[in-house]
Amino acid sequence: MGILDVKDVNKRFGGLQALGNVNLSVAENGCHAIIGPNGAGKSTLLNCLVGKLIPDTGSVMFDGQSVLGRTPFEINQMGISRVFQTPEIFGDLTVMENMLIPCFARRDGSFALHGIRSVVSEGELRSQAEQMLEEVNMLDKRHMHSSSMSRGDKRRLEMAMCLVQNPKLLLLDEPTAGMARADTNNTIELLKEIKETRNITIAIIEHDMHVVFSLADRITVLAQGTPLVEDSPENIKGHPKVKEAYLGEAA
Amino acid sequence: MDAIILQILNGLDKGSAYALIALGLTLIFGTLGVVNFAHGALFMIGAFCAVTLSRLLSLSHEVAVPGEVDFLGNPAMRDQPYAYDIFGEAWGAHIIDWAVPLSILFAIPVMILIGVIMERGLIKHFYKRPHADQILVTFGLAIVLQEIIKYYYGANPIPTPAPEAFTGSFDFGALIGFEANTIIYPYWRLVYFAFAAIVIGAVFAFLQFTTFGMVVRAGMADRETVGLLGINIDKRFTIMFGLAAAVAGLAGVMYTPINSPNYHMGMDFLVLSFVVVVVGGMGSLPGAVLAGFLLGILESFASMREVINIIPGINQVIIYLVAIVILLTRPRGLMGRKGVMED
Amino acid sequence: MFGLDKKDASLLLVVAALVVFAPFFLNPFPEASGWAQFNAGYPDLMQRFVIFGIFAIGFNILFGLTGYLSFGHAAFLGVGSYAAVWMFKLLSMNVIPAIILAVIAAGVFALIIGYVSLRRSGIYFSILTLAFAQMSFALAYSVLTPITGGETGLQLALDDPRILGGLSSSDGNIPVPGLFGLEMRDSSKLVLGGWVFTFNFGYYFSALIMLLSFYLSIRIFRSPFGMMLRAVKSNQQRLNYTGVNPRPYTLAAFVISGMYAGLAGGLMASMDPLAGAERMFWTASGEVVLMTILGGVGTLIGPVLGAGMIKYMENIISKINSDILHTWFAFLPDGLEDAVVAMIYPFIGKGWHLTLGIVFMLVVIFLPGGLVEGGQRLAGLFRRKKTDESKTATTEPAE
Repeated sequence: MGILDVKDVNKRFGGLQALGNVNLSVAENGCHAIIGPNGAGKSTLLNCLVGKLIPDTGSVMFDGQSVLGRTPFEINQMGISRVFQTPEIFGDLTVMENMLIPCFARRDGSFALHGIRSVVSEGELRSQAEQMLEEVNMLDKRHMHSSSMSRGDKRRLEMAMCLVQNPKLLLLDEPTAGMARADTNNTIELLKEIKETRNITIAIIEHDMHVVFSLADRITVLAQGTPLVEDSPENIKGHPKVKEAYLGEAA
Repeated sequence: MDAIILQILNGLDKGSAYALIALGLTLIFGTLGVVNFAHGALFMIGAFCAVTLSRLLSLSHEVAVPGEVDFLGNPAMRDQPYAYDIFGEAWGAHIIDWAVPLSILFAIPVMILIGVIMERGLIKHFYKRPHADQILVTFGLAIVLQEIIKYYYGANPIPTPAPEAFTGSFDFGALIGFEANTIIYPYWRLVYFAFAAIVIGAVFAFLQFTTFGMVVRAGMADRETVGLLGINIDKRFTIMFGLAAAVAGLAGVMYTPINSPNYHMGMDFLVLSFVVVVVGGMGSLPGAVLAGFLLGILESFASMREVINIIPGINQVIIYLVAIVILLTRPRGLMGRKGVMED
Repeated sequence: MFGLDKKDASLLLVVAALVVFAPFFLNPFPEASGWAQFNAGYPDLMQRFVIFGIFAIGFNILFGLTGYLSFGHAAFLGVGSYAAVWMFKLLSMNVIPAIILAVIAAGVFALIIGYVSLRRSGIYFSILTLAFAQMSFALAYSVLTPITGGETGLQLALDDPRILGGLSSSDGNIPVPGLFGLEMRDSSKLVLGGWVFTFNFGYYFSALIMLLSFYLSIRIFRSPFGMMLRAVKSNQQRLNYTGVNPRPYTLAAFVISGMYAGLAGGLMASMDPLAGAERMFWTASGEVVLMTILGGVGTLIGPVLGAGMIKYMENIISKINSDILHTWFAFLPDGLEDAVVAMIYPFIGKGWHLTLGIVFMLVVIFLPGGLVEGGQRLAGLFRRKKTDESKTATTEPAE
């Protein structure tokens, strides 16, 4: 039993079997990577975990509770935070405000009507947010409008917004897609640090094998909606089935 | 039974107007992705094209009446339309009588021109701005257009009659085997319905059977891909806007004998036409037409005395009620494609 | 001060000062001069300034913060008016219970409409609110005549069964709304030289409520709730995945702005105790949209400016007629004078709406931030000029 257990999940879109009997278990405090060629169903699987899609059959258990039928914000409140492929942040808000929203969500739950009190008076949450920004080296940018930042900075901000919630599980959807090499390496360092210093489980979907092998301690290979193999990175590297799945796609 | 047929017929003329306006709104929304609050104003301008032409045709000058004198002994004068001078008395009278249908020829180029100017001059700059901005700027434009019309034509409705051949009513019931005098229907409303059907048919045929229409339909489905194929979508969409304006304008031209046009008729129709578009399905042309007629007929049924006695006021709100129910239960409307503006 | 930071507090003080001294600076022309008709400092108009200010402030809480464009807000104003008039008819001519009921009634109404409409966003939301408002208008105009007075509107009558307070005033007329003995229409005049300034109790009462509403809206803007609303506008997806449910936030904003509209409606009825269905017509909803956009959507002061601006221009421009134009341009040679007058004529008097439409379009096209953005740009230009002139070697700070 891991912290996240996916059992016999099936999902069809019309005639397309996007996911077929997916079984997956993410161990607590581990870093689990899900790889696979394009169209393997990685994103569909991810969307089933966070409440965007509901599987046709099967179960998804997180921390002993089912996530199926719950909305994304309920699932987030259970302790799953998600980083998107293209950074999703509040572009009209400043970096500090971006950070405060997850802080409020963590303290107040999915809704609270604090209509009179000033944001400025929320000293404790502000220092939490500042501390987190410090950790990702963005404290000097806290008054910037987040839409005017570089893509790498947006990604770091999004990561910080997820981490400040202290999630039990961090889902990363191709966190280095479209990044320059240096930014990619920075992200790897950041994630490594997070892994070491925090009590957190990470599940990552990634194309870049460099990222996968630097971070993951467990890898699942998905092909045509079904898990092909699940094993440690060392064993995956030379696995014939994996080669076939990738090369088959290329040929 | 005869009562039901009568109500259906009564709903047809309003339904035709809804369908024509909604068709244009949908064309614009589907191709350009713009929500056009000024579309009702185009309908209204079309109606005033008819007013203008019938005024132009009736322009007259004074001529002496041969062989008659007034009480001062001067030659008696009477007004004679220039049309009589140009076309002769008999033909001139006919032309004046047929001013409304003739306005179609006058309105088409005028409306296309207005549409193209509107698109190139204003709407073009709003493609990339939020829907709210599009609504706001076209709302402002609608105010401006109707105030201009009000300035030149006044605030009162201007009666614009149909040709004499089509005034009055006929016994539709007797034609289809009911008792005489059970279904009496004005000629012009039937003309309006037939006209609407022809225009709608023409638009669909144009989109279906011409290369131009094919590109436009493809663009409605997936603008980016068509753009990538190296086809100049923008130019075609400009023409589409002109076409949509012409459809709205024609709907207005022919509507003048049914309701004397005034400067705010466009806004009155616009609100309902939006509801029609939403019910039919945003971006679905057949949906717009179907919903237009359905809601027109529904409205007519709801105004039957028997219905009002049971649910008072239902005729006033039926269309809005239907729209609310549809939006909440089936957001993509009757015939909308899945995923189009469904949030 | 009052829990506001320095900038907001000074903004509040500026608005307060403007409102308090409005009777003076809105009456710049001596009573006897030909310009006196352009004075705007009379009670009726000043009341409208502040009441529409409240309406626009409330609308801005919804549209400015969440980006949800409601095209049916006048319905809440209408409900508030009806509720207040009923309170005058049944309970007492005191405005306090009337206004309280107006706010509550509008709030409940907004809760129902908002609950349904907010299940959709974007253009669908706009159309849903428009449909609801038009439905309310149609019902108020026809079927609900026993409650709304239908076409003639709801008015006070001598046979109203008022529980508290007299059924008629001492001279046998219908009593007028008041506050513990002070009547809303009470005015005192101050004559200073050629000038006459009118101080009306109803105006100052409405102005006080407007200031309170403005203060409340500042607090909401600066609160965590206000920040959440801006987050709704910015990125609902992210908000959802951050564990926040956007719907109760938007619904709360909708209800609050509906209550503001109800407050405005109640005040309107308190100044002049009648209510008509036309207050709910969708063009009335359009008007508050115009005010908010013109002033500056999403800014604190914008809606107040916009409301004042539109009501002021409406009053001034619609009073100009061709005779006045001729006197203005009398210095020109005759032919030119006629030409200039003919060119301006369509935009004045009854053509005031044309001017409004054009100004509104220009604002949406070139100044999406409204008058406030215009002011900021001007200030920016001015500042840049200054720094150019001084040509100091110091570089400007990043912020």
